[in-house]
Order: sequence, then C-alpha cells, then structure tokens
Amino acid sequence: MSLITSAIGQGFLWGILGIGLFLTFRILDFPDMTVEGTFPMGAAVCVAAISHGVSPILATLLAIIIGMVAGLVTGLLYTKGRIPILLAGILVMTACYSINLRIMGTSNISLLGKQSLFTNHLLESLPKYFDSVSLGLLIVIIVTIILAMFLQTNLGQAFIATGDNETMAKSLGIHIDSMKIMGLMVSNGLIALSGALVAQSDGYADVNMGIGIIVIGLASIIIGEVVFGNLSMNQRLVAVTCGSILYRFVLLIVLQLGFSTNDLNLISSIVLALCLMLPTFRKALHLDRFIKNGVKTPLPDKKVRDHD
Amino acid sequence: MTNPILELKNVTTYVNRHTPDEQKILRGINLKVYPGDFITVLGSNGAGKSTLFNTIGGNLAVDEGQILVNDKEITHLSEEKRTRFLSRVFQDPKLGTAPRMTVSENLLLAEKRGAHRGLVFRGLKHQMPHFKAITSTMENDLNHRLNTPAGELSGGQRQALSFLMATIKRPDILLLDEHTAALDPKTSQELLQATDERIKEDKLTCLMITHHLEDALKYGNRLIVLDKGQIKIDVTGDEKQRLTIDDLYKYFEI
Repeated sequence: MSLITSAIGQGFLWGILGIGLFLTFRILDFPDMTVEGTFPMGAAVCVAAISHGVSPILATLLAIIIGMVAGLVTGLLYTKGRIPILLAGILVMTACYSINLRIMGTSNISLLGKQSLFTNHLLESLPKYFDSVSLGLLIVIIVTIILAMFLQTNLGQAFIATGDNETMAKSLGIHIDSMKIMGLMVSNGLIALSGALVAQSDGYADVNMGIGIIVIGLASIIIGEVVFGNLSMNQRLVAVTCGSILYRFVLLIVLQLGFSTNDLNLISSIVLALCLMLPTFRKALHLDRFIKNGVKTPLPDKKVRDHD
Repeated sequence: MTNPILELKNVTTYVNRHTPDEQKILRGINLKVYPGDFITVLGSNGAGKSTLFNTIGGNLAVDEGQILVNDKEITHLSEEKRTRFLSRVFQDPKLGTAPRMTVSENLLLAEKRGAHRGLVFRGLKHQMPHFKAITSTMENDLNHRLNTPAGELSGGQRQALSFLMATIKRPDILLLDEHTAALDPKTSQELLQATDERIKEDKLTCLMITHHLEDALKYGNRLIVLDKGQIKIDVTGDEKQRLTIDDLYKYFEI
C-alpha cells in the first residue's frame, strides 16, 4: 500500500514536469531538450539555496525563476539566433550541467537536517508518503487551473495558434517569436519547479538527475493520450498528470519484477517507444475494432481529413 | 481624384543579391491602388505575382523603392504590424487556418487581427451568434460546423473559412493569392462569387491573383498583367469591360 501511495505522490511531483513539457512538445509542437538541464537546475538552485539558509518557499520560487531564464536563453537562441530548436536546447542543456555544478559546488548536496517544503507540522502529521501526495496534488491543481485559464485568454489562444499554424498566426499579427519564447520560459519554469519539488521530496539534489528526464516527461504525456484518447485542451492537461501517475505504477511493477533502479532509463525508453508505436500497431493488427477508445489521431498527425 | 490607399514606387527585389547568380524578380513596379479597387492580377509563372504580394504583405524585404499606405511609408514595417490594415488569403487551404482549433476559435483569432492580445478571457460564447451569421453567408454548411476543428473541414469549407477570417475585421487592403486554385471548379466558382459579393458589400480594396483569364475579366474593376517583374497591362473601368479573352490570349502568345 505504501508503495502505491508513494508512486502517486511521485506521480504528482513529476506530473508538473509533464505539464511543462506539454506546453512546448504538444502546444508549440517542438521538442525542447533544455528540460534535461532545467530539471536538475531547479533541484540544484533550490537545494543550494535552502542549505544557505533561504526559506524553502523562496528557494522553490528562485528555482522557477532560474528555470525561466534558461528557457529564455533557449528561446532567444532559437528565435533570434535562428538555431534549430533541437540544437538550441542541447546547447543550453549542456551549459546547464556546468552551471549546476557551479551552483552546488559539488555533484551532490543532501538536505539532511535542513528545512524543506515537506517539513512542516501539517504535512508531517500525515501518514507516511501522504506529504508528497497532498503537497503534489495541491501544486498540480494550482498549476493546472492557472494554465487552463491562461489558455482561454486572448494571449493563450494566440499561443495555441502559434503552435498550430505559424503562417496563419503571423498573418493575423501574432508575434510568433514572443509566443515561442514565452512558452519556453513558462515550460522551463514549471520543469525547474518539478525538479525543486522532487529534490526536496528525495532529500538531495544530484547533478546527474537530469539524464533521461525528457523521456519521463514525454512518457507522461503519451501515456495520458494513449489511455484517455481524444480530449479537450483542459482535459489533456489533467491527462498528463494521470499519465505521470500511471508511469510511476509501471516503474513500480518493473521494480517489483526484480529490475534494478539502474535499468530505469532503459525501461523508460522502452515504455515510451511502445506507446509511440501503439497507433501503428493498432492499424497493422486492426485492433481498432476491439479497442473502442484510444489514440484516434495523436497530435503530430496533422494531415487534413476530408469531412466524412 | 482621391489619394491612393496603396502605392508602390519603383519596387525592386532580387534573389541571390551580390552574388554571380543575382537576379531581379520585381523590376521597378509602380502601382497606385485606389480605395474600392478590385484588381485582378494575371501573369505567367515566374512573372512575380507572389513576390509582389509578399512585398506588400511584408514577408519579403524590398531591395529598392518604397511602399506607401495612405501616404505613409511602410517599406520597412514588420509583417505583424502590417496586419493592422492588411489581410491575406493563401492558395493552400492549410495555410490560412489553425487545424486543431475549431472554426469559431479560428474566427475569434481573426477578429483580433493586428490587435493587442492580452490576458483577457476570449469571450467565445458571446461571439457565437455573430459567427453563426457570417458563416451562414457561405452556404456550404460551415455554420453547422462551428465547433469542428478546422483540420476536419473539406478544402472548400476551409478556404471559405480562410476568406471569412481575412474579412471578419475589415482590412484596408485584402490580398487574395489564388485563393480558389486548390478547389474543384464548382466550389471554386461558389467561393469566387461569395468573394465578389463580400468585396462589393464592404467596399473592400482588393488585389486578387488568378490564373483563369475568364475570372480575371469577370471580376473586379481593374486588371493588371505582370510579365518578368514589370506591369505590362493596367486597365480600368470601361477599358477593362471592353477587354476580351482573345485580347488576353494574344498578349500571352507574344
């Protein structure tokens, strides 16, 4: 039971990573590798700040801001510097590695004996692992509501339109470069937040904790889509968190089967690859007749269907 | 005579400028467009029709010359800023609409063309009756598909939507770049008819590229023919009325 509770709590904390990645990967429609640098950066900044005596709330906010700055750099390289997004992300991600080492001074800092967002009386009075469940749930709800509301504003609609059809967005006077930069900033801010929360929950920050992060974020998004199928934009935001929890369950099962934690990145990649290939398998094996729900048209598929 | 709404002075563009492959695309275009003009633009492939539109639209820089709108120079104004007074419909139905957004969401985006988009709720419900009304003018069932993602529409519906989006907020200048070329003949004629009605009704100023000589003669009050980056024929009013398809054929044979 406690393993399941722990998995749900982790699912919420990592779900924020998925939501952040959703903004760039699904809405703006490009893969942002900066994630691999901003997730550990959020952790590093937060833990380093806390160990220097900064309050956990302030340290977490600081992590968000630094994440946004990294997103801004990627955005500027991509839009103003005309560097392809994949490369721009890799450049910033690589730079972040050194910066994270600078911030922490060493490759690993522990929060042992220090304050964190999880060390308050209310959370500590809860049963084991319920601290990350309740705090994670609270933050996920806040983030999801704010984002859902944002996407319904005129600015949010312009943001969605930029990812959907750049040419059109431009011809309607939308500043697509600003939209992309904004998306990268918010996305990486959220990802740094996720890193800060995971670090506080785990009790340490490690410079290598960013490796394979993008696969975990994508897995949350794709699992959510595979399980829940066609949804509205708001529902899709919620589906990402559900996907993140389901992904934690998959990891739990895998670990119960006797795999070690060292195998997790391999497993993550396999899970993601299988989910990505599922639509193709379905078509090839004519499984559509048996599975009513599911990924009817996953989003990268942008071809125009004639009305039927 | 009234002042021109759009004026091109000696507009010249190059490709591969300052290289041995340098080539002029537009060779000193001079054009005055007056309010209410509906100009059909003819020209063979490579004559510079699309380049002309791109320089007016602002997604291609002018190398020499000037562009003026209402006597104000806009030669170096960004594409985004020009959308305040200018709108376009592209040839490719995919370019004019956002496929994952619904018909009404697309219209809402277009209603804010060139305007500030802030953190204000979009107010879609409030606009639905208006959207219903304007899509009804298209007579292609678009009014029943307001909540359908634009990517699921037929090509004809999608292009009709693009046209509505370009005119929902009245543009000072409307550029139609062969907007019916990708459609079947019947749908194409229907959309052209609707285009013509809308332009007359709203007294829009419009330039329309077409490859159909019949359409070029049938629609608009003025006709220009581009050839090798220059305006070869520019006829207005009665002179255009007298022009026959044979005259045009004769020109194109030369």
